[in-house]
Amino acid sequence: MIELRPVDRVEGTAVPLRGNNVDTDRIIPARFLKALTFDGLGAHVFQDDRTSMPGHPFANAAYAGASILLVNENFGSGSSREHAPQALRRWGIQACVGQSFSEIFLGNATTIGLPCATAPASDIEALMAAVEDEPGTPMVLSVRARSITAAGRTIPLSLPAVVRDSLLTGQWDATGLLLSEFEDVRRVASRLPYVKGF
Amino acid sequence: MGQTLLQKVWDLHTVRRLPTGRTQLFVGLHLIHEVTTPQAFDMLRRRGIGVAFPERTYGTVDHIIPTLDQARPFADDLAEQMMSAFERNCREFGIRTAGLNSDWQGIVHIIGPELGLTQPGMTIACGDSHTSTHGAFGAIAFGIGTSQVRDVLASQCLAIDPLKVRRITVSGDLGRGVYAKDVILEIIARLGVRGGVGYAYEYGGPAVARMTMDERMTMCNMSIEGGARIGYVNPDETTFAYLQGKPFAPAGGAFEGAKAWWRTMASDADAVYDDIVEIDAGAIEPRVTWGINPGQSVGVTERIPDPGMVGEDAGAIGEALDFMGFAPGAPVSGTAVDVAFVGSCTNARLSDLREAARVARGRKVAPRVRALVVPGSKQVLQAAEAEGLHEVFQEAGFEWRGAGCSMCLAMNPDRLNGREVCASSSNRNFKGRQGSPTGRTLLMSPAMVAAAAVSGEVTDVRTML
Ligand code: SF4
Repeated sequence: MIELRPVDRVEGTAVPLRGNNVDTDRIIPARFLKALTFDGLGAHVFQDDRTSMPGHPFANAAYAGASILLVNENFGSGSSREHAPQALRRWGIQACVGQSFSEIFLGNATTIGLPCATAPASDIEALMAAVEDEPGTPMVLSVRARSITAAGRTIPLSLPAVVRDSLLTGQWDATGLLLSEFEDVRRVASRLPYVKGF
Repeated sequence: MGQTLLQKVWDLHTVRRLPTGRTQLFVGLHLIHEVTTPQAFDMLRRRGIGVAFPERTYGTVDHIIPTLDQARPFADDLAEQMMSAFERNCREFGIRTAGLNSDWQGIVHIIGPELGLTQPGMTIACGDSHTSTHGAFGAIAFGIGTSQVRDVLASQCLAIDPLKVRRITVSGDLGRGVYAKDVILEIIARLGVRGGVGYAYEYGGPAVARMTMDERMTMCNMSIEGGARIGYVNPDETTFAYLQGKPFAPAGGAFEGAKAWWRTMASDADAVYDDIVEIDAGAIEPRVTWGINPGQSVGVTERIPDPGMVGEDAGAIGEALDFMGFAPGAPVSGTAVDVAFVGSCTNARLSDLREAARVARGRKVAPRVRALVVPGSKQVLQAAEAEGLHEVFQEAGFEWRGAGCSMCLAMNPDRLNGREVCASSSNRNFKGRQGSPTGRTLLMSPAMVAAAAVSGEVTDVRTML
């Protein structure tokens, strides 16, 4: 189980994954959802892409151990499986930076404390090019400062205030918060016609 | 200023604004199934939390169950473990289910409406992205991940951000052999697979008003394929007539009371939308996907795009054509298929099976084509058998299976082998979606699937009706 703790700085190397609309079926194919826990998913990240596409970044030893995932547009589209961000995390990814993310993926990632920040295409291109030129280029992502620093250059990132705050305070797991005013929940339930009866 | 249905439902279900800025939203109906819940129940147990509103939660089994031999224990040990865990969890936490042996079992998005659990004005959540289906009833329904399933089990609430609303007005008449599936494929092709990110799609206009509930569900189901987490249709007399007499729908005098309230849960005539799109149903022809996302479709008389001709999307088109092994610029009609699948929460309701049977009747599945029909629920299966549809299919050479998700995502034994091409009435043509990493999926309506099955290639179903 993932511990609740504030998430701010992510330091490490990056893995660039080019392409738009990378769906969650590709991140973790459905057959690996047949499991009672999320443990062990890390070994199957991009399993089919890795085996069928020569030079896939997740099969490239140069990017082994990366903690920041660089992507293009609409990353994580398709199925709502939380197994996708869970698998990425278990592979070692601690933050994602891309042009855009699908909504459900973004929600799922945030709920497990995995920041997904966005930047314009030109900045993403620069970051990808930098790490493709020199895999192992150290990068520092700051949730607080909403930025990523690589090769001597700091690039501003977009991260909704809600997400940033929940990561910084360690409240990215909403269960406690949702239970904290439970009387309000009962009050709303009791005013709904379909709950109280027509 | 008028309000949209989304705003009305949202306001009614808002518990409070959370310190994080998100909305705490009450969930009126939580649907659960065997694949996205075991970790959620484990998290509850570890934290010593119970299910807050078990009576507002309902479960069924669909994703992993075999559609041929359902004897327990299942041949697949992992599937058996997941089944048993689901049954144990629901028993322990007091959640009602339509289990494997229930006459109400089926794909979660098919049984919710069928049982009258899904109703206008509700908020509905389920750990599955096609939860958008339930929006056909004027509910606000969205897919969630497993940690959110835990949140809803624990508190019956979600922490969520508001959405904008895009009104999609469909006018004109659908031609013969053109279905709701073709309309939604056209919408996704037009607006793109990420066009709906941040939006709820409200479908309306004369063509939608004339649609049956089954057709509206097909439209709403695929909202998520256009990037929109929510799709909905304002409830009307068609909605009410569908719900009357359903097991969990209000009955007797309560039904009239419910109807009165449901009528108020619709967008006002002067509602303000964040965006408006207009579609002419009369201009749509049967559609077929040729690529690796649901936005990559063409009309059946059109050609597969040529990356050389299309500028900005050239990279994406090239990748898709590489994977599919299709020639750029070739007519999509005539593409050979190996497998035909009628099923899934998009198109496995009784009306879908009837349309497919209309094409299959008196014809034979082409040699070499493996064709299967998988009803979306046991109720659909029984209704279809009562009118003899299973015999029509079997005589034509289709396999007639038990209810479940089956080859839509191939978590059970039904799957593509190698590079097989599948004409499929499901919703996703992603690489590897149907169980073979190199398998290829062509999305189309159930009637088009039947046409492809009998002719062995993509065929304009309008020539066969
Ligand atoms: S039929 Fe397919 S899309 Fe629908 S719930 Fe099952 S797996 Fe998901």
